[in-house]
Amino acid sequence: MIDYALIWAGLIAFAVLAYVVLDGFDLGVGILFSCVKGKDNRDQMMNSVAPVWDGNETWLILGGAGLFAVFPLAYAIIMPALYIPIFTMLLALVFRGVAFEFRWKVTSEKNPWDKVFAGGSTVAAFAQGIVLGGLIEGIPVDGRAYAGGWWDWLTPFTIFTGVSLVIGYTLLGATWLVSKTEGALQETAKRHARTAAIGTLFCIAAVSLYTPFLHAHFAQRWFQWPELFYVIPVPLLVVACAWALFKGIRRPRGVNAYLAAVGIFTLSYIGLAISFFPYMIPSSVTLWEAAAPDVSLKFLLIGAAFLIPIILTYTAYSYWVFRGKVEQSSGYHN
Amino acid sequence: MEWFFEAVNLARLQFAFTVAFHIIFPVFTIGLASFLFVLNLQHLRTQNPVYLDMFNYWKKIFTLSFGMGVVSGIVMSYQFGTNWSVYADKVGPILGPLIGYEVLSAFFLEAGFLGVMLFGRKRVGAKLHLFATGMVALGTLSSGFWILSVNSWMQTPAGHTINELGQFVPVDWFAVIFNPSFLHRLAHMILAAYLTTAFVVGGVAAYHLLKTRKGKVDPSVNQEAIRKMFSMAMWMAAIVAPIQIFAGDAHGLNTLKYQPMKIAALEGHFESQKPAGLVLFGIPNEEEARMDYKVEIPLLGSLILRHDLDGEVQGLDAFPREDWPPMAPPFYAFRVMVGIGFLMLGIGIWSLVMRKRGKLYEATKLHKAAIIMAPSGFIAVISGWIVTEVGRQPFTVYHLLRTADSVSPVDAPAVAASLIAFIVVYFALFGAGIRYILKQMHKPPVYSEDVLHDGSPERAAGFVPPSITDKRATSRSRA
Repeated sequence: MIDYALIWAGLIAFAVLAYVVLDGFDLGVGILFSCVKGKDNRDQMMNSVAPVWDGNETWLILGGAGLFAVFPLAYAIIMPALYIPIFTMLLALVFRGVAFEFRWKVTSEKNPWDKVFAGGSTVAAFAQGIVLGGLIEGIPVDGRAYAGGWWDWLTPFTIFTGVSLVIGYTLLGATWLVSKTEGALQETAKRHARTAAIGTLFCIAAVSLYTPFLHAHFAQRWFQWPELFYVIPVPLLVVACAWALFKGIRRPRGVNAYLAAVGIFTLSYIGLAISFFPYMIPSSVTLWEAAAPDVSLKFLLIGAAFLIPIILTYTAYSYWVFRGKVEQSSGYHN
Repeated sequence: MEWFFEAVNLARLQFAFTVAFHIIFPVFTIGLASFLFVLNLQHLRTQNPVYLDMFNYWKKIFTLSFGMGVVSGIVMSYQFGTNWSVYADKVGPILGPLIGYEVLSAFFLEAGFLGVMLFGRKRVGAKLHLFATGMVALGTLSSGFWILSVNSWMQTPAGHTINELGQFVPVDWFAVIFNPSFLHRLAHMILAAYLTTAFVVGGVAAYHLLKTRKGKVDPSVNQEAIRKMFSMAMWMAAIVAPIQIFAGDAHGLNTLKYQPMKIAALEGHFESQKPAGLVLFGIPNEEEARMDYKVEIPLLGSLILRHDLDGEVQGLDAFPREDWPPMAPPFYAFRVMVGIGFLMLGIGIWSLVMRKRGKLYEATKLHKAAIIMAPSGFIAVISGWIVTEVGRQPFTVYHLLRTADSVSPVDAPAVAASLIAFIVVYFALFGAGIRYILKQMHKPPVYSEDVLHDGSPERAAGFVPPSITDKRATSRSRA
């Protein structure tokens, strides 16, 4: 008997992780817009993500639509519970997405769409962090529906996770720019990458120390023998990635720093997955309770088994086509 | 006013608003993506640079529309959960996988190849670039396929049972996807997308034809491209408009079979009649279930719907009152949609006459009419959408799940606040976007200084040998 719900939990988790590490860097580039001045610099930053951001954002649609498709109960509970941060994120993404296209229609040095792009990216990252924090804290459920009010998500912890994700995405964006740019802009990116790296590591440590006390089963996962034996490599690997990250930032070319940052994100994500499992919504709904009937899971899995490898192939191809440093003069829409 | 304070009605308004805004972008990009593919193909076949100039011209407009379509579409995919969570829980097992297939087969295809199509011509060579354009076009069509399957299933559900939790559970996926109204709806929508795009292209071309003929001609303006655009658009109108009218009629008969209440609403019949007339105009008085100021052609209703002068046509009174859809929106919207369809047919025939006389590019009146008709496709599509969606009320899944039983346990103020935010943001942003698109259309197509053969070798694979990487910087700055 194949456990379709478990397979799908893995696939959705993968889609969300793919979203975080891919759209994470282009949101991060947006967040950095407010720290980097000059039209040329900003043009370069924009050009480094313009050909790929569409594809990156599609992973978010897959995460949302996938949740609806295979875990409809989780979708039906999470969305109303996190109504305001999710809408805020969507509106911010709308702003940011149109800024990509509209920015090139304004030729003057001061471009209002730059502010829209920076603001939209920052707010979207912050809202995503709140969604994450809200999920970690848990959602009250009654029967098959959300049982709380529409401001329940607003706590000091969710604000903290919101800020953490902004800092984390800044790290991804800055290391991405280190790999895609040269000269003065690269130096600026390195500086921001270092600051963001310290901030990110601090936030990860704070969240990691706090979460085990939120739910009994979180603590059990992390502090009890023999579970401890299986989970202890995660924080150790984070330390190794942090070392590679600081080393990578110093190097003039290549994507080492970005990959190290991706490693830190992936490990944190695995840490969260260890805490969550087997819950979809901590302490209320397990992934088997949330899953759609097997007949639905199976039908979509057939397609996913064929299509996800193809998608990964042409996504990789598209990154290959646009590999290398961006030139200052390379135009977008003119 | 009470109507506005209920979460369910606010959620309906929000959905209607965001969909109506969203729908205009995919409709346009479905048609435009296919058009771009044809232009690219023609260029590769004939090596005539005019097609590349046309491609580059419409590419910019495509990007702007596509960007807005993507971001407004992300909103849609989350709205099922935020405002319609009970619906999401119940229909998730059926509609979730279909939307999942849309994302996997369409969105990724579009988004993945869009970068190559827009920026990669010099990097991957002409053939692979054509392939990328084709994949983007295929992605838009595939998206239409799945989303119309979803919509059709809500209209004419099939292939499912209902389990003890009240969820719809699939039994036969083929029956779910190819539900009874799906193919009619798909054909009607794809044709609508092609017509909409044809009229936009035709309108823009007509505008530049008129401007050119007023005198001052800039030598950099590509006259051949303008004429070709107009000619292609008018062929499309002449061929597709009659097919669309035929497809629409077939769709109507299908709706009569599966959703007779909707037909009663859009035909304006409160009472069943035998024989029935065709109501041309009137003002539906829903409280007293009566059509005021009715203008009607006798017998024609029976003839069209029953193909029989004495056929009985059911009115809303044949159904329980609590199941009636609101009549006014579908009734008016239907007349707008059909009216535009016949106007489009008229333009198509007119262009054929002018073409026959060899005056297609000098017919000032035709050009003016084409400019006026440029946005008509969008109006027709939104009207058609009102007919089909308001006509489905008060159900989300026809006869099986009521709209009132589909809504999230979210308080009205939250829905109201997000609705207001959407209205403000959409008008501001998409207003700016549409302004940029119009600005772009205001510019005429020009001759490109870079013809394809700029010395770089054409290859099927996208790997640039080191010897020409130095050239990349220069060629890309012009791309």
